[in-house]
Amino acid sequence: MLTQYNAGSALVRVVVLRTCFRLRIVLFVLCCWLAFLGRVCWAASSETPGALGDSSLARVLERGVLLWGGDLQGGEPYVFPDRENPHRLVGFEVEILDAIGRRLGVETRFVQNDWSTLLASLERGNFDVAVNGIEVTPARQAAYALTRPYASFRLSLLTHQALVRDYTSLAALRGRRVGVLANSLAHDLVRGEPEVHVVLYEGVDEPLTDVEVGRLDAVVTDDIIARRYLPRHPSVAEAAVLATGSYSMVVRREDQALHAALDRALSELEQGGELGQILERWEVAHPVENPQELPPPVTPSLPSQMGLFLRGAGVTLLISTLAMLLAVVGGFCLSLARQFGGRVLAAAAQLYVEVFRGTPVLLQLYVLYYGLAPLIAMDALTTAVVGLGMNYAAYEAELYRAGLQAVPRGQEEAALALGMPRWLALRRIVLPQAIRVALPGMANDFIALLKDSSIVSVITVVELTKQMTITAVDLRSWVLPGALCAALYLAMSVPLSRFAAWLERRLGAGQ
Amino acid sequence: MRDHEIARLDRVTVETPNLRLLDSVSLTLHRGEIVAVVGPSGSGKTTLLRTLNYLTPITSGWIDVAGFRLVPGMSERRNARLLCRLRQSVGMVFQHFHLFPHLSILENLVEAPSRLRRLDPKRAQELAYEGLDRLGLLHVAHAYPRRLSGGEQQRVALLRALMMEPEVLLLDEPTSALDAGSMVQVCHLLQEFRSRGKAVLLVTHQAQLVTTLATRVAVLVGGRLVAEGKTEAMYPSGPGAPYLGTTTNAGE
Repeated sequence: MLTQYNAGSALVRVVVLRTCFRLRIVLFVLCCWLAFLGRVCWAASSETPGALGDSSLARVLERGVLLWGGDLQGGEPYVFPDRENPHRLVGFEVEILDAIGRRLGVETRFVQNDWSTLLASLERGNFDVAVNGIEVTPARQAAYALTRPYASFRLSLLTHQALVRDYTSLAALRGRRVGVLANSLAHDLVRGEPEVHVVLYEGVDEPLTDVEVGRLDAVVTDDIIARRYLPRHPSVAEAAVLATGSYSMVVRREDQALHAALDRALSELEQGGELGQILERWEVAHPVENPQELPPPVTPSLPSQMGLFLRGAGVTLLISTLAMLLAVVGGFCLSLARQFGGRVLAAAAQLYVEVFRGTPVLLQLYVLYYGLAPLIAMDALTTAVVGLGMNYAAYEAELYRAGLQAVPRGQEEAALALGMPRWLALRRIVLPQAIRVALPGMANDFIALLKDSSIVSVITVVELTKQMTITAVDLRSWVLPGALCAALYLAMSVPLSRFAAWLERRLGAGQ
Repeated sequence: MRDHEIARLDRVTVETPNLRLLDSVSLTLHRGEIVAVVGPSGSGKTTLLRTLNYLTPITSGWIDVAGFRLVPGMSERRNARLLCRLRQSVGMVFQHFHLFPHLSILENLVEAPSRLRRLDPKRAQELAYEGLDRLGLLHVAHAYPRRLSGGEQQRVALLRALMMEPEVLLLDEPTSALDAGSMVQVCHLLQEFRSRGKAVLLVTHQAQLVTTLATRVAVLVGGRLVAEGKTEAMYPSGPGAPYLGTTTNAGE
């Protein structure tokens, strides 16, 4: 009975895997098609009201609410939660928007969005206007409708106090690690310079921490941000100003009526002196019409993008493989501690599993990278491997424990009855059988890890998904980079699942 | 312990928190003896076997077996070395065989002797082939346990225990899955084992096996040893219920 069942299930597994593979391709095509359809439908629906001309302003007025997108993370002094009443948002952009809202006779409502994907979300229709220190660049001017500038800034080069004299220009940063906000003007500026190692951040405070602990040589950021956050990092100082620029509000190209209304309101605010008062209150520079020294727009070429994608895939594979190795070894030790370690060790192992399985891996990475930075400043790649490895060790431990428990007690007894010491019985008789039970789950975990590793972009590692995001924002297209990214993930995960199936068949010989 | 004595249980009791599995059992096993333990299901026969290699710890009393003294409170961790050496001298065949499913039959047989008896792997394989040949099982040497019939598995399990050259063999229902022919082979094997001055303690429900193989019979009922004697005295009229002086069907 058992024999038949197991032979049968192995056969079923092989068939299921084959089917799954085909199913996956079909599903992928289906998803692409649905995404395309959704986009077409969206475009159609957004154009329906008032088929003649542009209804953008009418839509806002009818709704009575102007939706504007920005990012609260590192939002000072642009838009950030009030310290006294965190439910209320404050900042110079909040005040400018409120003033505009009053002029248009509508309420304003803030929509939270990651800074690096603000413009993509604008195009998607999540909000009417993106306002969050978005710099005027030729590329953006070509792709979107930018209002007249409402403030200006300088791009500051910040570094450790001891190095302020060395880093006076961009050229001095060659061969150095320089942190910037992903997809910002600073990002464009720095990656235009050869031989500079660019490190991408999602927030503005984190790179300053990294300069302090020595993981980063310099940061290029807007002086408005620098002024706000530098007091928290006494060892970091401004070394040079690299360029000046302006901030504009960004609306979709086709929303000309809304663009005109915003422009008009802004110019009235400026002439009435209201804008000037707001900017002065927040110590932000007035808008300048012709900012100088803007870096040339970055035009991504296909071969160079392909190289970057392959590099990203390499990073993904490297991190996943090393993290999995760590998880397997760690999980194995944990499961042994739980099963055979006595009361204290077993309780410690259980606590570990509960903590690491019960909290988000994102949180663990933040704590490991930024929280522990003053104690041990591990570099980002190491942190990624250690963080993911420690997190997955908890899952592996449970898997191996289940595997150990699945081996009948009689097997260990039979080994002991032959006179084998316990460790030999474990190594030769129990473990080989337990591994067979755990193997499908391990393969599953590895594939999950391959994809979950995309989360390490929060600690500045540029792996495959992050690379896709950067390119997609540059190109203003998510279809091709998305498909390429998906294809690369599949190219890694499909061979892996095939290998796991083969291994399972091999280890299952005779069973 | 006198020379011809190989095992002695003295007032051995095994208790779980709410159950008394063995109740003050005293029994002696001599070299060259095959003692059959009979009794109804749940009477403690298997527990009695398992106390002799300490897979089941005893609660009170003591056991001398193959030169080792077993007392209450010994543990797998603290008495690891003693228990390993004990079990190398006291082999056991389980009612459900417990062959190792991930190893071939040959590997099942040579795993323990090649690692514990420091037997040269070649020599261990020769011994395994010899044993398989005697039991007519040469053709399964490279098969895995699940491909074997119950009777084949049972004989392999017996052979696996014998490969360690034990002094005492504990057999739990060793012929339950055997056909008549295999039964004769196994009986020959055990007789030969006994004639080398070793001893066998076997639990069985088969009266036929008791009368053909056992030199003595012990009857367990409810964890107590209620009768013990020479096979001829216990089964005066050949295979059938053992004579207990009552009408209880203790031998089933």
